[in-house]
Amino acid sequence: MIELRNIHKSFNGKQILHGIDVVYEKGKTNLIIGASGSGKSVLTKCTVGLIDPDQGQVLFDGKDFTNMKLDDKKDIRKKIGMLFQGGALFDSLTVEENIKFPLRMHASMTEKEMQARVNFCLGRVDMSGINDRYPAEISGGMQKRVGIARAISLNPSYLFCDEPNSGLDPSTAILIDNLIKELTEEFQITTIVVTHDMNSVMEIGDHVIFIHEGHKHWEGTKDTILKTTNKELSDLVFASELMKKVRSLG
Amino acid sequence: MKILQNVGEYFILMGRTFSEPTKASLIRKQIVFEINSLGLGSMGIITIISAFMGAVITLQTASNIDSALIPEYTVGFTARQSMILEFSTTIIALILAGKVGSNIASEIGMMKVTEQIDALEIMGVNSASYLIVPKIIAAVFINPFLAIWSMFVGISGGYLVAEFSGVVSTDAFIEGVQLDFKMFSIYYALIKTAVFAFIITSIPAYYGYSVKGGALEVGVASTKGVVTSSIVILIANYVITQLLLI
Ligand SMILES: Nc1ncnc2c1ncn2[C@@H]1O[C@H](COP(=O)(O)OP(=O)(O)OP(=O)(O)O)[C@@H](O)[C@H]1O
Ligand SMILES: [Mg+2]
Repeated sequence: MIELRNIHKSFNGKQILHGIDVVYEKGKTNLIIGASGSGKSVLTKCTVGLIDPDQGQVLFDGKDFTNMKLDDKKDIRKKIGMLFQGGALFDSLTVEENIKFPLRMHASMTEKEMQARVNFCLGRVDMSGINDRYPAEISGGMQKRVGIARAISLNPSYLFCDEPNSGLDPSTAILIDNLIKELTEEFQITTIVVTHDMNSVMEIGDHVIFIHEGHKHWEGTKDTILKTTNKELSDLVFASELMKKVRSLG
Repeated sequence: MKILQNVGEYFILMGRTFSEPTKASLIRKQIVFEINSLGLGSMGIITIISAFMGAVITLQTASNIDSALIPEYTVGFTARQSMILEFSTTIIALILAGKVGSNIASEIGMMKVTEQIDALEIMGVNSASYLIVPKIIAAVFINPFLAIWSMFVGISGGYLVAEFSGVVSTDAFIEGVQLDFKMFSIYYALIKTAVFAFIITSIPAYYGYSVKGGALEVGVASTKGVVTSSIVILIANYVITQLLLI
């Protein structure tokens, strides 16, 4: 479980996050939705400590992460897997070395065990057999999947995915969504997924928060979101013709 | 003001770079890789430039001596002194600042904007140490060898000019090269080279590391890294020379 308390953040005098409170539960996929530039990525980075919040606290399973000593922070970080918005694979390393990287850093495994783990993770994201390719040699969607494989290589307790399926075709996108949900339930991970995609919300939205101009504007689930009366949220949810049709069908 | 801020940030980054080292096994691999790419990757350009500089210095000196009072060996002597004291150290460092410096700044800058540095941090890696230390160690180790190679090639270039153009006899050239040779000048050159190697790697690394934004900013950082490290090399050259030779 991860708990955010009153997170504030501004950049160069411009306030991006205005006091966000939220609880992400274990074994659930927690979605963050919101318009572009609303502060979803900044909120995620504040949560994992890549950006220090100006005010507020982040608790990982009750432990105050924000004010922790660096060594203790590192122990928590070892349990975090993160997929970045752009994939962020190390482009000087092959796919295999990318996935081995966290293992080399933190696990005491033999080469053979690491190899087995790499193949397991690649298999899990349906990307077996591309071990020796470099990130530049695979497509954006494949990079995302390898990014997920890398994020789960150390069996994380917390998984952060920043737009895991942007730029993917609809069927691959659903595949990735379901993969994230499966992993979350199977390993009881606390999972946070940032997304724009209403399909993802409907597929895996156990818990959804809506960020609007740096405020948590709405909170609910995939079942309650279609009945929302919140103006800004309906603008986002029912932006497409498809979703308007869904609404009109009741 | 901006300069003071940059200097401050640079030292903070260096502090982070040399605190809490990364796992030795990971760093070792990177150092070998960097020696290969920073060092051996520059052999070609250094060889060509040094050979021609040695040749031109020899031609210039020979053609400018028209007094019978100046002995012929002066040509070899001048070629040796110019190569060892300044060319193979300072000029080569400036050239490497352009080649290696822009490389480092854009590599690290690109990693910054594509969130690869964030990815390292999330994995609990001190990204500054992991990325910068191997480059500094590799350059400080390999650049003195490059300098010695440059001296050798430059003086050989001068010798070939003596051999084939006849502006000076090879015997006189060799005599000049050996004349009044002090081992200290080699030490001086190698100390300078090591200091320059630190500058060439750490300053562009700083500029790459502080990139915010996109590809455009990476280009700007790369230019700044080259210009700043070149200026710092010139200043350091003056200071070291003052300290060691005077
Ligand atoms: N390091 C930073 N320095 C200054 N401003 C920043 C920084 N990071 C983000 N911002 C600003 O914060 C705001 C929110 O950015 P953020 O990346 O969180 O948006 P987002 O909701 O993730 O959008 P998208 O869906 O497009 O990814 C933007 O206006 C952005 O310009
Ligand atoms: Mg974002």
